[in-house]
Amino acid sequence: MNDTGTHSLIRPALAPRAVAHTVSPGLWVLAWRRLRRDRLAMVSLAIVLAFIAMMILSGLGLIARDWTREVGVNYAPPTFVGPDATEAAPAPAATAPGPAAAAPPPVTGDWEAEVVDPIGDVIAELRGAPKPDSGNTATPPAAAAAPGQDDTGFVDPLADVMREIEAARRGAKSPPPPPGGTGAAAVDPLADVMRDIEAERGAAAAEHGSTRRATLPFGADKWGRDVIAKTIKGSETSIFVGIAAAFVATLIGTVLGAFAGYYGRWVDDALNWFYSIFSSIPYLLLILAVAAVLQHKGTMTIVLILGLTGWTGVFRLIRAEYLKHKGREYVQAADAIGASNARRMYRHIFPNVSHVVLVQLSILVVAFIKSEVILSFLGFGVPVDVVSWGSMLNEAQNELLLGKWWQLVAAGVSMALLVTAFSLFTDALRDALDPKLRGSEGS
Amino acid sequence: MWAYVVRRLWQMIPTLLGVVLLVFVLFNLFGGDPAYVLAGKISNPEQIDNIRRQLGVDQPYWVQLGIFLKQIVTADFGASWSTNEPVSHILATRLGPSLTLLVPLLIIETLVAVGLALAVAYVRGSLTDRAVMVVCTVGLSISILVYIIVFQYVFAYKLGWFPVQGWGDSFWTNLVRYASLPILIGLVVSIAPNLRLFRTFVLDEINQDYVRTARAKGVSENRIMWVHVLRNASIPIITHVMAALPGLLIGAFLLERFFSIPGIGREVILAVERSDFPVIKALTVYVAVATMVVNLLADLMYKAVDPRVQLE
Repeated sequence: MNDTGTHSLIRPALAPRAVAHTVSPGLWVLAWRRLRRDRLAMVSLAIVLAFIAMMILSGLGLIARDWTREVGVNYAPPTFVGPDATEAAPAPAATAPGPAAAAPPPVTGDWEAEVVDPIGDVIAELRGAPKPDSGNTATPPAAAAAPGQDDTGFVDPLADVMREIEAARRGAKSPPPPPGGTGAAAVDPLADVMRDIEAERGAAAAEHGSTRRATLPFGADKWGRDVIAKTIKGSETSIFVGIAAAFVATLIGTVLGAFAGYYGRWVDDALNWFYSIFSSIPYLLLILAVAAVLQHKGTMTIVLILGLTGWTGVFRLIRAEYLKHKGREYVQAADAIGASNARRMYRHIFPNVSHVVLVQLSILVVAFIKSEVILSFLGFGVPVDVVSWGSMLNEAQNELLLGKWWQLVAAGVSMALLVTAFSLFTDALRDALDPKLRGSEGS
Repeated sequence: MWAYVVRRLWQMIPTLLGVVLLVFVLFNLFGGDPAYVLAGKISNPEQIDNIRRQLGVDQPYWVQLGIFLKQIVTADFGASWSTNEPVSHILATRLGPSLTLLVPLLIIETLVAVGLALAVAYVRGSLTDRAVMVVCTVGLSISILVYIIVFQYVFAYKLGWFPVQGWGDSFWTNLVRYASLPILIGLVVSIAPNLRLFRTFVLDEINQDYVRTARAKGVSENRIMWVHVLRNASIPIITHVMAALPGLLIGAFLLERFFSIPGIGREVILAVERSDFPVIKALTVYVAVATMVVNLLADLMYKAVDPRVQLE
């Protein structure tokens, strides 16, 4: 494992047993030693491993199993913010005393009143019922909203909501008293509507029983589900998709690249042709085209989409490596002792290019996690009953308009943390495996 | 030179045929029966037969492939399945907004990234250099979605500096009023990776002998960086920028979607949402052609920048 092909070939024949102990450490041992000295790399590795452990635990159902349970009130704020003043007090929110962070500024109160309805409608329509037992409606949000609303091709699904919000905001701004100032005057026209909504909310909360908590450690989403559990579950999906798709793409790229580089001639021509087809279509367009065709939604579908489209970079590099290695002496020696083509390709050459494969795998994981998040955000990714960072960000987009920022922060920060750690670790890994490249960052 | 161009164009044909074949296999073989998509909920068998005949999907596959090839050559892809708008008209009208957004973005982004890269590389190893690199690494890790959501909320929605979304008819209104926030977000997102990359290109040049020679003969530091180093570093930079050009045709999917800019990227997303295959097929083929042409132009440009390059 930790030897070059040359070693495994020659040692049994030439080297006496006593000498074998002084064999210099192999590539992987050296690389690991270099990596150990790099403190930043070790911290990054620890973070990455922690995320992977979380993914496995959550996948086994040991943590965050009942993330769908509605443990808090709707939009329960994080504990450190304190209970939402508008939730706690049925009186008009703008004048309610409370923690500064929790009480929304007057303007916020205004448009919130205007806005709750349109979004609520859209979501209620999507969910099929206002009170979700589980998220197993089959239609993806975007796909369901789009065809109904715009037949002429220009209207965004959110456009109506946004326009309402704009209007409300302008309306609140145009009266003489500026928004930041005396709240009472600005709020008046909408106070009635507000109070109604508060009353409705109170009734809804009472209906659900008093077991729901007013605050949660990091808040709750629209249906009162714990954001921490949801983030853990979302991480599980996103990281799993990233790693699995990276394995698929690396496998395809490595096998095809090995064939093209090793056999050359018409095999190389044919595979290069295949490569040029995939690389002449911009990556995101290719992904979306495949997503359009594969109507069946599922976590494995998205793994396949990303894996089947993302192998080109690996192919190019591995092909070049095999071209370089196939003429080397150790391969000629393997040929001389009668090793078959397959054995030469995989037992002799492969260990010598495996560090390239590993670095590519690591780069792809990060790239695919990012792609998955975007696809799921657009509604082409994981199905609606599966939560991922992308679908959390999708919900968070509407929530932010209501001033509920915690889900956005939870998904955004956990993703940024993992991606930063993974990228730093990838850089360190590449430096450790190929010290000649140190400092150059050309991807 | 011309022989080279002709040969490259000739070599594009098999690749292009491959792209056509891939798109065909993807949509006509795996795409499922479009008649069911089109007929919607009222699946009257007679109606479905009608639609199938209209689209030609009742023909054998080789006839369908022939139809597709003819569509590509004549640039007539028929009408969109969901809006009945001719596909060629869709492509023509959506290109403008995409370019309005992306051409300024690409120009500003390249100029800023090159300038910063020269500056950062000049003080390489210093605290400034390392701080900028750390900011870049962290900035790169935050999802583009988070940038767009937060920027749109803060600058357009809360502060009201920009319109939340929209698009007009006048080019200048669009550029100044509607495109400025998307361009700003695009800059924030793309500066970090470009700066990291361009910095390494500059670093590769900055330690070369010719820089020392120039210094020895008394060339000013400014001239060394902006003339000697930049000229040499521009080769990989041009490669990178040219590689980004086909992206212009796709538009910035997410920016166009969030800001309701009626560009190509948003059209692709809508088409995928509605299973509007003709639009996606046409776009994929044409963008692939454009990518190949741009790659050729990029190779010709190396020759212009660096006379040592041999076109083979």
